[in-house]
Amino acid sequence: MQQYKRVKNYARGRSIALTDTSVEHTVSFKKFLVNLADVFLFVTQVFRNTFARGFEFREFLKQCFQIGNKSLGLISITGIIIGLVLTIQSRPVLVDFGAVNMLPSMVTISLIREMGPVITALICAGKIGSSMGAELGSMRVTEQIDAMEVSSTNPIKFLVVPRVLACTLMIPLLTLYADALGIFGGWLAANIKGDISAVLFLTQAFRDVEFIDLIPAVIKSFFFGMVIALVGCYKGYHASAGTESVGVAANTAVVMASLLVIFVDLIAVQITDLL
Amino acid sequence: MKKETPNTESVVAIRNLKKGFGPKEVLKDVSLDLKKQENLVVLGKSGTGKSVLIKCIVRLLRADAGEISVFGEEINGLDKPALDDIRKRIGFLFQSAALYDSMTVRENLEFPLRRIRKGLSEQEIDQKVHDALENVGLVEAIDKMPSELSGGMRKRIGLARTIIVDPEIILYDEPTTGLDPVTSNEISILINEIQQKYKASSIIITHDMECVRTVADRIIMLKEGAVYKEGSFKEFQGGDDDYINSFFKPQNTELNKN
Ligand SMILES: Nc1ncnc2c1ncn2[C@@H]1O[C@H](COP(=O)(O)OP(=O)(O)OP(=O)(O)O)[C@@H](O)[C@H]1O
Ligand SMILES: [Mg+2]
Repeated sequence: MQQYKRVKNYARGRSIALTDTSVEHTVSFKKFLVNLADVFLFVTQVFRNTFARGFEFREFLKQCFQIGNKSLGLISITGIIIGLVLTIQSRPVLVDFGAVNMLPSMVTISLIREMGPVITALICAGKIGSSMGAELGSMRVTEQIDAMEVSSTNPIKFLVVPRVLACTLMIPLLTLYADALGIFGGWLAANIKGDISAVLFLTQAFRDVEFIDLIPAVIKSFFFGMVIALVGCYKGYHASAGTESVGVAANTAVVMASLLVIFVDLIAVQITDLL
Repeated sequence: MKKETPNTESVVAIRNLKKGFGPKEVLKDVSLDLKKQENLVVLGKSGTGKSVLIKCIVRLLRADAGEISVFGEEINGLDKPALDDIRKRIGFLFQSAALYDSMTVRENLEFPLRRIRKGLSEQEIDQKVHDALENVGLVEAIDKMPSELSGGMRKRIGLARTIIVDPEIILYDEPTTGLDPVTSNEISILINEIQQKYKASSIIITHDMECVRTVADRIIMLKEGAVYKEGSFKEFQGGDDDYINSFFKPQNTELNKN
């Protein structure tokens, strides 16, 4: 409301005729710019502190364990199911073309290139993004972050940097794990209709897949991990006072992180396409 | 009751401090001095900005205008490392205790020790943690998580975490609120002991008149964002100002149930 009045007075002072809607737009655009600057500052602070002296190694290990441990079950289940579904869905088409022996490599390629990284990242956006948002958010509203600051501990360095690094490292590992389970799921599915040994399935699967195929996918999931943790930490770190803002932080963290994962994926696809 | 004339040198000097949030002005013009080895009690109604005042002293909040000097250094002009050096010498008890939820009581107490008093041996750390807990009477809670503690226990652990690094200035935000009279009294006595033993200078925010009586060398009352009155406990108690008396005299005597 105050902002609204300010813009209105400013315009009137310079005899600019502004309608109510354009005043509103000006106000919300200003808010948007302020937020953008905030995000930018936060991210630069995180990067600066990542390379500063006094890395919190214990916190980093703790976060790695937490992230891996928290999402392992979920990733296992989804990995297998994605493999199953992909195989069951693709099979009829390939049978029509008489190319059933392409099935393993097709499933593997789509798992490694796209499904594995994206599904893992989306699940982790939900699981890890929200928990980081909630955790840091509640630390913010209960003044724990302030308490760290007066103990001359930089909360960015102690809380945010280990989380971002751990997530950046763990998401690619979880992705590889999901890929492996997905291929296993694919083999299970292939055995429902046909009969194929694991060795044959794997040979066929990796006939058309090279090690180099993994690299863009791994790089992509590094960025997924970084984005998820940065968003989760930013939302939590900047939670406003009041307990309901913890919920808001967790919620917006999930939404933003999922959206950004999709955007990063879009960009990554364009880049790998160029190569 | 103790009577030791505090040194006249001020460790905290605040001049014309202004702080507001958006359109709301909380502190309009506050000036005060905290002398060396003095217990200064800050009184004021809920919402007058007592917590905001002490947060400005450690720069958790940035003052809008005015000067705050701590140990002779202007707080608002310091860079991060210099500010950290000052903060290491200040203890801050949060009104909400602000215990780290993800850590046990022991880890909560070790946190400032390991970060502020670097170079202590493990035995020394253990000993200090134990002593601090003993001071607040909660040795048995050492391996509990904060979520397992009652409100009053959390407050006392917060106090232990504040005093464990032997700070030269201590800012207590309602140290006895939510405690029973017996424990409150023990905490008040502890505050005096810390003052004597470590020559600490303290600002104590409280609504607990027993605590004020025990610890106060000097009292400052805030009203509407400015210092309303300053003086000793006696001077406050004896006056005929209705606003001040409402803090010091029993209220609603005509409404008593028996
Ligand atoms: N971070 C903040 N953002 C916006 N307003 C704030 C913030 N912190 C405090 N305030 C406002 O400043 C005013 C003073 O708050 P403060 O917590 O200092 O009161 P207090 O004197 O400590 O009261 P109490 O005795 O209840 O603790 C309140 O009106 C509060 O709404
Ligand atoms: Mg307060």
